[in-house]
Amino acid sequence: MGAMMSAETTTVSQEVAALYDHDPAHLIAMLQEIQKRNRNRYLPRPELESLAAVLQIPVTRVFRIATFFKAFNLEPKGEHMISLCLGTACHVRGAARVLEAFAGELKISGGGTTADLKFSLETVNCVGACALGPVAVIDDAYYGELEPEKVPELLKQFR
Amino acid sequence: MKRVENLAGLAAFRKACQAERDPERTMIAVCTGTGCQAHGCDRIVEGLRRELEQAGLDGKVEVKTTGCHGYCEKGPLAVIRPEGILYQRVKEKHVADIVTRTIANGEVLDKLLYFDPQSKQRIKLEKDVPFYGLQERLVFGDNGYIDPHSIEDYLAIGGYQALEKVLGGLSPEAVLKEIKLSELRGRGGGGFPTGRKWESAKAAPGATKYVICNADEGDPGAYMDRSLLEGNPHAVLEGMLIGAYTVGAGAGYVYVRNEYPQAVKNLGIAIASARSLGLLGDNILGSGFSFDLFVSKGGGAFVCGESSALIASIEGEVGEPRAKHIHMAESGLWGKPTVLNNVETWANVPLIIRRGAEWYRSLGSPGGRGTKIFSLVGKVRNTGLVEVPMGISLRQIIFEIGGGIPKGRAFKAVQTGGPSGGCIPEAQLDMPVDFDELMKLGSMMGSGGMIVMDDQTCMVDVAKYFIGFLKEESCGKCTTCREGLARMYEILDRITRGEGTMADLELLEEMAPVIQQASLCGLGKTAPNPVLSTLHWFRDEYLAHINDKQCPAGVCQALSRGEEK
Repeated sequence: MGAMMSAETTTVSQEVAALYDHDPAHLIAMLQEIQKRNRNRYLPRPELESLAAVLQIPVTRVFRIATFFKAFNLEPKGEHMISLCLGTACHVRGAARVLEAFAGELKISGGGTTADLKFSLETVNCVGACALGPVAVIDDAYYGELEPEKVPELLKQFR
Repeated sequence: MKRVENLAGLAAFRKACQAERDPERTMIAVCTGTGCQAHGCDRIVEGLRRELEQAGLDGKVEVKTTGCHGYCEKGPLAVIRPEGILYQRVKEKHVADIVTRTIANGEVLDKLLYFDPQSKQRIKLEKDVPFYGLQERLVFGDNGYIDPHSIEDYLAIGGYQALEKVLGGLSPEAVLKEIKLSELRGRGGGGFPTGRKWESAKAAPGATKYVICNADEGDPGAYMDRSLLEGNPHAVLEGMLIGAYTVGAGAGYVYVRNEYPQAVKNLGIAIASARSLGLLGDNILGSGFSFDLFVSKGGGAFVCGESSALIASIEGEVGEPRAKHIHMAESGLWGKPTVLNNVETWANVPLIIRRGAEWYRSLGSPGGRGTKIFSLVGKVRNTGLVEVPMGISLRQIIFEIGGGIPKGRAFKAVQTGGPSGGCIPEAQLDMPVDFDELMKLGSMMGSGGMIVMDDQTCMVDVAKYFIGFLKEESCGKCTTCREGLARMYEILDRITRGEGTMADLELLEEMAPVIQQASLCGLGKTAPNPVLSTLHWFRDEYLAHINDKQCPAGVCQALSRGEEK
């Protein structure tokens, strides 16, 4: 254990671990919290290594969780998060073409982030707002009944 | 909130809550479910409150912010009670008229009423709108009457009465007997008898047991659990309390999707208020029964809807399923006996206890008692959540409640049962909907997603979509699921690009049973369903893609559209 503890520990990981009584059973919740506190909503490698050290668990266990669950990002995310729903209801209403429109407009693909860290585009499987499909969630607000032609106008307000 | 110490205290507090709420008093119930929020219901609530204040009516009329009413297609929705006038597609510019004309003068605003395309008439009352007509909203209906943040609201409509009945003199054995008698089956997908699950966990040795609510609603196109948790969280809590009392569990978890922040929030508020009222914690209502409840937020993995993967995730591990020969009822969370039920299943429990198993059994069909909430989405006029008695036909749901297919298009298929369900064609629409009948059609109940597809939907593309989804969500533990789905996807992709051969179809049919039989969990075991059911009912479309290099629906861009049929 001694060797593990020698890693540099960060304030964030110490605080977050303390929130959950240093109990590794709450690893998922801890990682969610660390990601939430990060300005670019991702899990930087030093934080993951530090959390492992603070909890005295192998760093591989932390990485295993961080890479398994979709909620975690290992790369920095843009200022505005666009989550386009590709759930079934949105799919049959043409969400794939809306995705193309976003990707074309931002010149990134699904899962990508613009070079200026302004936008991230991700696809999700059902946000549970099927009546609005195709729907995108941008910074926690829902934008429904999207069509490819509406995308440039929609993005304008975030630029 | 003052803690209530015993059953009499709870009954007295409920009475006080009811006394404060005059049923004759005018109330504007505004739906603040996700659909209506996207349409700006928050501004409508603010506007109504402002107008009421200006008119000096704010003391007399209450604006109630409720959960989802279900008729998402027509949002934002506002229902004026007690009359039950439904105003739909309400916009900010209408709020002044609603207050000064309807509320102050009793004048009904025609333009906000639902227009029925059948009778060509406007319909005034919510209950007369065809969308609601065939529904039996036993579990979901309370959503339209209560503020989910208010435990008092829930008490006032008779909430926690079932708990009162249980703690007031029903033994765990008696509760179990009632649940078994009701023939309640799990609403999450499998349709396993709830009573039998509880019985095994109750009989399992050990002092520490758990109950879990599966709110990891991952099926795309299904959002009934979300709407229940957001709109009526106490019904789920009450069900879990009764379940915990029956099996002897001291703690419970609600495992809820990360993508549902509003559900997490409302659940948190509900748990906190139940705790401070003394309905959670030690020695609940002086009965000697102790139970507490915690929320575990999912990390966004579809496979975590599978019970053993879900448990691994609560334990802080990677969400990989375990072999099913170890029964959850004996060795579940942290190796302890565990009962895991879905949101809607838990919400049915108080109803059964309050009104009795005999009454409950009288609803629905032999293949499924009670009601089921479906999310009716896709190419259908009235998108939304519908609660119907089981045994009703698919045709009634899609054409009478759902209003049929928009834009004059023709119906092609309805997909039920989530990603690993099946697509059901027109010829089978008169089959009754319950657990057993849907299985016979090569589909399943699943959690209740019902995605309607019209003639502009390509069934090969649909199969490819679902296999693509499942391929991504496979946890990778079983080779047949991980590799088999990837190969299936490649084949389907080839077919949609016009490069498929007849040998590809044979290969798909050969792979399917291998994936089904050699995968550990429900995800792999059912994953080939979308391919098998589309091959079974819509083989023509596969053949058109392969032999004629045509996509009859005009979806697959590499292919020509072909002749309109």
